[in-house]
Amino acid sequence: MSITKKASAASKKSFINYGIVIIFYIVFQILVSTGNITSALKGQLIPIACYMIMAVSLNLVVGISGELSLGHAGFMSVGAFTAVIVSAAMGDASNPARLVVSIVIGALLAGLAGFLIGIPVLRLNGDYLAIVTLAFGEIIKNILNCLYVGIDEKGIHIAFNNPDAMGMSATGKTVINGPMGAVGISKISTFTSAVVLLILVLIVIQNLVNSRTGRAIMAIRDNRIAAESMGISPMKYKMLAFTLSASMAGAAGAVYALNYSTLVPKKFDFNTSILVLVFVVLGGIGSMTGSLIAAGVLVVLPELLRKFSDYRMLVYAIVLILVMLVTNNEKLKGRMDIFAKKMRMKVSKGGKK
Amino acid sequence: MLAHLINGISLGSIYAIIALGYTMVYGIAKMLNFAHGDVIMVGGYVSFCFMSYMNVPAPIAVLLAMAICTVLGITIERLAYKPLRSATSLAVLITAIGMSYFLQNSALIIWGANPKAYPNIFKDIEAFEMVGGARVSPVAVVAITANLVIMIILTLFTSRTKMGKAMRAVSEDKGAATLMGINVNFTISMTFAIGSGLAAIAGVLLCTAYPTLMPTTGSMPGIKAFTAAVFGGIGSIPGAMIGGILLGVIEILARAYISSELADAIVFGVLIVVLIFRPTGLLGKQIHEKV
Repeated sequence: MSITKKASAASKKSFINYGIVIIFYIVFQILVSTGNITSALKGQLIPIACYMIMAVSLNLVVGISGELSLGHAGFMSVGAFTAVIVSAAMGDASNPARLVVSIVIGALLAGLAGFLIGIPVLRLNGDYLAIVTLAFGEIIKNILNCLYVGIDEKGIHIAFNNPDAMGMSATGKTVINGPMGAVGISKISTFTSAVVLLILVLIVIQNLVNSRTGRAIMAIRDNRIAAESMGISPMKYKMLAFTLSASMAGAAGAVYALNYSTLVPKKFDFNTSILVLVFVVLGGIGSMTGSLIAAGVLVVLPELLRKFSDYRMLVYAIVLILVMLVTNNEKLKGRMDIFAKKMRMKVSKGGKK
Repeated sequence: MLAHLINGISLGSIYAIIALGYTMVYGIAKMLNFAHGDVIMVGGYVSFCFMSYMNVPAPIAVLLAMAICTVLGITIERLAYKPLRSATSLAVLITAIGMSYFLQNSALIIWGANPKAYPNIFKDIEAFEMVGGARVSPVAVVAITANLVIMIILTLFTSRTKMGKAMRAVSEDKGAATLMGINVNFTISMTFAIGSGLAAIAGVLLCTAYPTLMPTTGSMPGIKAFTAAVFGGIGSIPGAMIGGILLGVIEILARAYISSELADAIVFGVLIVVLIFRPTGLLGKQIHEKV
């Protein structure tokens, strides 16, 4: 009896998230079609959806699996640059086909990277895991900085550290140009495709969390030793969550990359990983709704703070620190709760009159 | 080869001094102080201002920078970290990241985005000639000496003095330390003070060795020094020194013999390999979980 109640509560929560995404989509589609949107914000729509995918997928690792990852942007860049190569290689196919194949291959390769890095990483715990994922993100950025990829009629040419070693014919086109990053990307991703991907990711994560596997992952998070003695293999389930999260980040990276005409590897550095982690923590660890809202608000916030120009990142930093202090300090939290209660009482009194 | 090795040890000594700050704070407060790298940057800027704008002699400028960074470190701890003593480690981590953004952007507003050319403290001193013709810059000698001196003083401090013993007690068990009459908050503040003072020294050495000063100067060395601390076993003072020096040598050798673009990737790759075989770093203590 109580189990079915719980399950229905969980699915209600899931539907709230789909609702948020669909409302977000409809509102912005209307704004775009009626022209009531600034071009700066319009350009942010696909990145916002991508960062939402990044945030919910990182939440799978940080919130559900309980591991701190500081290299999520590394997986995003694997997906992004794979997608750029794939979409360039399928030059003649229709745009939707190129987009879908790019996303799938980008997600697969990022998932593979997640699996490979997961083997050493998931044996460690706590802060050691954090530093290794950070190291991984930096390694990926460095390797991409040295990568040269070109395409000509014979196929794909790859070189490392030396653009002349690609041996392309004169008609060949450089796709990835070392530290200059990907150049001449065809902008084929659309807001609709990004939102569809976001909903798919949400369906996968929310169904996983409410399944037997999800409960196993959370049991390991809550008490690894107890879970292990119940016959749950920590390595297997942690690996599942980590790989899945990495491949989702790869898919997000693919859509993100195909929205720009050029993209440098530096875009996906440590700061981007931190940014996504901030979305997850501010939105509430383990809460997908929180991640969605925090990602949406915090991608737009620096845009809105533009009039403060130089001060906007300073304001952002102060807001970040204050929010963390208010939500995590016992004393301040208590005061905030009392304040909120008083406000509510006032409002309800006002309503009675 | 010898020259590269000495350069590596010198860079590694700077990393080691920064890593000491990370490792001491981690050992006692169990938190990753991401703002530590930015305290280095502040140390660099403050000493730069004293030397370039006020013509203060270098040794006094270094002392002033140390004093200012120490106060800054204590202030950061009091304002941002102390209220979160009982919060989750992730919350503290995000606050530290917020602090790091705050310091970087404050520096951006105060000193501007254009890189500043750091004055050469040792411009009157010739590079030393070594056996075999390798030349060693005075910065390298000072960095290595400073590292050794700091290392010896810190080891004596933590093992002999009352404050040092209090630090070790707090790092082992906060609750028991409180029961023994140790002022935990004061001890943690002292740790931040020492770490930040060391960061100022590291800032001056770093900027003398690589004389471009920007608001982001501290972040990459900060991350690498943190890596060095993990490499040597976080929480261990000799570990931080060994980790720092090894990291510096690996980085310089990789830069010289393999590829300068891939040097960082190699450094981080070595870290991952070390952690596979020694999951708590080279000198880290293996703590067994009890049920």
